[in-house]
Amino acid sequence: MASMQFSLRSKGGHADRAFAGLALAAGSLVLVILGLIAITTGRSSVEVLQDMGAQFFTSDVWSVPDQFFGSLALIYGTILTSIIALMFAVPVSLGIALFVTQVAPIRLRTPIVYVMDLLAVIPSVVFGLWGVLVLAPNITGLYKAIADAVEPIPVLNSIFGPEANGKSFFTAGLILAIMITPIITSISREVIDTTPPGEREAALALGATRWEMIRGSVLPHSSAGLVGAVMLGLGRAMGETIAAALVIGSSQQISSNVFASGDSMPAIIANQWGEADSLHRSALICLGLTLFVFTIIVNMAANAVVTRSERRSQGAV
Amino acid sequence: MSMTKLRVRRTGLVAIAGAVALSLVGAACGSSSKSGGATTTAGGATTTAAPSDLKATLNASGATFPQAFYQEAITAFTAKNKGVTINYAGGGSGKGRKDLADQLVDWAGSDGVIKDVDLPTFKGGEVLYFPTVVAPITVSYNLSGVKDLKLSADTIAKIYQKQITSWDDAAIKADNTGATLPATPIVVAVRSDSSGTTENFTKFLDAAAGASGSGVWTLKSGSTVTWPAGVQAGNGNPGVAQIVKSTAGAIGYVDLSDAKATGLSFAMVKNKAGTFIAPTVAGATAAAEKATIAPNLTYFAGWAEGDLAYPIAAQTWILAYAKQTDKAKGEALKAFLTYVLTDGQALAGSVDFGKLPAGLEKQAIDQLAKLQIPA
Repeated sequence: MASMQFSLRSKGGHADRAFAGLALAAGSLVLVILGLIAITTGRSSVEVLQDMGAQFFTSDVWSVPDQFFGSLALIYGTILTSIIALMFAVPVSLGIALFVTQVAPIRLRTPIVYVMDLLAVIPSVVFGLWGVLVLAPNITGLYKAIADAVEPIPVLNSIFGPEANGKSFFTAGLILAIMITPIITSISREVIDTTPPGEREAALALGATRWEMIRGSVLPHSSAGLVGAVMLGLGRAMGETIAAALVIGSSQQISSNVFASGDSMPAIIANQWGEADSLHRSALICLGLTLFVFTIIVNMAANAVVTRSERRSQGAV
Repeated sequence: MSMTKLRVRRTGLVAIAGAVALSLVGAACGSSSKSGGATTTAGGATTTAAPSDLKATLNASGATFPQAFYQEAITAFTAKNKGVTINYAGGGSGKGRKDLADQLVDWAGSDGVIKDVDLPTFKGGEVLYFPTVVAPITVSYNLSGVKDLKLSADTIAKIYQKQITSWDDAAIKADNTGATLPATPIVVAVRSDSSGTTENFTKFLDAAAGASGSGVWTLKSGSTVTWPAGVQAGNGNPGVAQIVKSTAGAIGYVDLSDAKATGLSFAMVKNKAGTFIAPTVAGATAAAEKATIAPNLTYFAGWAEGDLAYPIAAQTWILAYAKQTDKAKGEALKAFLTYVLTDGQALAGSVDFGKLPAGLEKQAIDQLAKLQIPA
């Protein structure tokens, strides 16, 4: 028996080594690919950075006929559409997550979770086409009504301006919101589920209402994890290409009016890549690199927040 | 006990390894079938022509503007030459030129010429331009009750720069004496993606109303230009056509085949000779006939002389290296180009493209002799 186990263990050791090697290769492949992407995009970006210098990041003029490329309007568009997306997606996602985990009867949970997960696998071009064919033509009237309603109010009348276009920052933000809702919902659901049942039951036993229980024990426990979920949604929104390219309107401008046409970094790459030459091509690649750095920062921040929340929740138990 | 458990586990591992291997094979198949997605295979019916002994696969990418014509030509050509496969992947003129520069394709389709700064990046040496077809770009509009709208270059320039914002503007009335025009606001539709269509449309405006002419047009020309705020952007010719179709008061530049397919009305445009002329394939051919052709066969078909010339015409080329490195591919390429420049020209009209004028066609055929094919 003992000798048998020994021989088994030695076989197991062999398999373990092979597996470790395979896993190491797979793990380092990711780093190699990431490194190669950074090197090639970096090398191709040199041309535009030498030509434009710091103006590439400080100018909002993107002109192909003049071969002058400033990315500020595109960075602005990326950030603005992401903020709009988060403003709509976060409350809805948290609402769904809390409903599923705290309020819904068990029978309803599975179908809701199933539908949310289905929403996550719809290709983005489908959302984009729906946006450009259905949403954009029909929402212009609503934009005009809002613009008319806030017309006498300062500040608001520059945010919801009269030059309303169906293809705009706002439409792109709405489409992105629909796209990032599933990811924020599913992560939030798991984070909220980590609340120790003891704490919830204690709150209820003290006579707390369901909302007081959520506010007093669920939210404090999972707040950091929820921030992480939102950041991951933000990363997705910033990098979304085709849906944004179809509905954002392709107008490279900085406008306080969210109903105006704009453009974002991934959208302009998708739209202009096919006809780009020399400096134009280099400028688009440099935009890609900038976006790459943006998403890495957002993802790293999200990871840091999630890790901190996990450590804290383990400490709490 | 422990042994059976272990065996189960190991079988599981084998199953996983098998699944991984299968999925890898699947991925490989998927990618190869994708790259061959544009493969045009010969139709069932064989023609009476003698079977050729050409045997090669030609890969190509580039302009989407002439893609419908190239697909027709490829289908007809490969039906006669069963050994030849030609894949035209589209992707845009810029992509085609870059792919040719990196020698990823055997020929490229392009609506524009190679910039001087990019010439050194072409690894295969001298590039030959073979003009293939010309086509009109329509100025389509959606204005119920208004037929046979007439527009001059200056008026189009002002509309696209939003200096004219209503259909009953005095400038539009001046182009259409006697017609009743509604006070509908003008909705300007442009391309959201960069394109050869935009480049040729803005080149026409730049030539006809730019700094060298009336000076009205100030946005210059390019595959994408900085449009004024408030324009509607659509993806591809069908995207712009769709905006014009669905928006009252809209105006957009759309190639003839998409404008026809969408059922749009299009304006007659005043040409250099001062005649208002409707977009037709014959008008585009007439424009190319009067264009100034450079020794390397590059030219701009728009804003040409001649009473019959339609002023917004777009030209397109097949680009290939003069020095071919592969005998079979070189021969197939030469045969295909010969077909496109001779019998294939008859196919152009069926997909709303204009054939080359006789003079230019002859120059292009003569240039085939410059293709060096290794023995």
